[in-house]
Amino acid sequence: MNIPVPRTIAEYLEQLRAALHGADPAMIQDALYDAEEHLRAELAAREDGDEAAMLAEVVGSYGAPEEVAEIYRDQEITVQRALHPPRSPAQRGTAARFFDVAADPHTYGALFYMLLTLATGTFYFTWVVTGIGLSLGFSILIIGLPFLVLFLGTVRVLSLVEGRMVETMLGVRMPRRPVTAERDLSWLRRIGAMFTDGRTWSTFLYMLLMLPLGIAYFTLVVTGISLSLSMVFAPLVALLTGHGVLTVNGHAWVPGVWDIVLVPVISLLGVLLLFAVMHLARGIGRLHGAFAKHLLVRERSRQG
Amino acid sequence: MNAPHARLQKKFEKELASGTVALALLAVLARAGEPLYGYLIAKRLEGSGGVLGGKQSTLYPVLRNLKAAGLLDSRTEPSVSGPPRRYYRITEAGRATLAEWTMTWCATRESLDKVLAGETP
Repeated sequence: MNIPVPRTIAEYLEQLRAALHGADPAMIQDALYDAEEHLRAELAAREDGDEAAMLAEVVGSYGAPEEVAEIYRDQEITVQRALHPPRSPAQRGTAARFFDVAADPHTYGALFYMLLTLATGTFYFTWVVTGIGLSLGFSILIIGLPFLVLFLGTVRVLSLVEGRMVETMLGVRMPRRPVTAERDLSWLRRIGAMFTDGRTWSTFLYMLLMLPLGIAYFTLVVTGISLSLSMVFAPLVALLTGHGVLTVNGHAWVPGVWDIVLVPVISLLGVLLLFAVMHLARGIGRLHGAFAKHLLVRERSRQG
Repeated sequence: MNAPHARLQKKFEKELASGTVALALLAVLARAGEPLYGYLIAKRLEGSGGVLGGKQSTLYPVLRNLKAAGLLDSRTEPSVSGPPRRYYRITEAGRATLAEWTMTWCATRESLDKVLAGETP
């Protein structure tokens, strides 16, 4: 191998990032976090504080960047299997596949997530708007900078929490560890780096968009589920009781003789609609997972 | 050692490590009596032979998986040297699992030793 032995922790992490290039960005974030934690602890334990000598030893004990990359790639296969258990190989008809959606845990995860986004979306939006507003207001005061740093820190934590929810409910691999800052820079440069880091802005964008998305998702799920369930049950109830349960323009809908034929059709349509809503939720769940991953864990562009 | 031979050796070590590393981590944390972070755990396993002496980077993903399975508990503490350190502590479920795994391991080791020595188990 003609890759030079890294002499600084930053070089090591850069080589590791390069060796993991093309892998899942969420996994890269975790691997870099673990490596940095280990290397910093190793350096702190050395009395002479010789970074280059420490790294020369670490290549043997923790592993060279390419070896570590290989270990994490292997590990990731196991994680992906856990997230997406293999589907039953039996080839079945279109109808069976249509109803299979009810057996997919991600469907219910997505439905629940869509209901939850009304709350989380409102919270994220309020948090970000309040934070930006207060940061701008405080910027002329002495507490402006500390407040801004604190605010950006909370947004990173929120982004990690949102990632965990997306992974649990929508089944998209998200980071388990936060992004690490570059330690070699001065405080002011690090604060500056937060502004040049595209992820800070894309995280803001995500949190702002979560309000309208949350409202739309919530409305869609509530409307879809209640409409399909009432279509399934209301005609049956009406038929059995003989009283109007559905009222159209103030007139009770009393079933006549011909409704005996119509009632099963309406119920059947309700069942189909319910499954269609499930498909829609699962599809939106997948789209939203990809969207969250794109905005919250984009691969950091490498400095040349 | 030629290349295919080395590859087989590596594959064997990897397969052997996949379960034993988790067992070793549980044992280290059960003995420790205090929460430890990744680096300290790695130091305690350093110098051990066989698959446990492998690359220390393998430990971190395994620690995370044990945590996800509820066998370990973790909390982060800020540190002066770098990113916040994650301290791991064994849970009650972890101790129960360790006892079971230890029995399985001992039984396996005994019978494997017998097979390797040419005795019938």
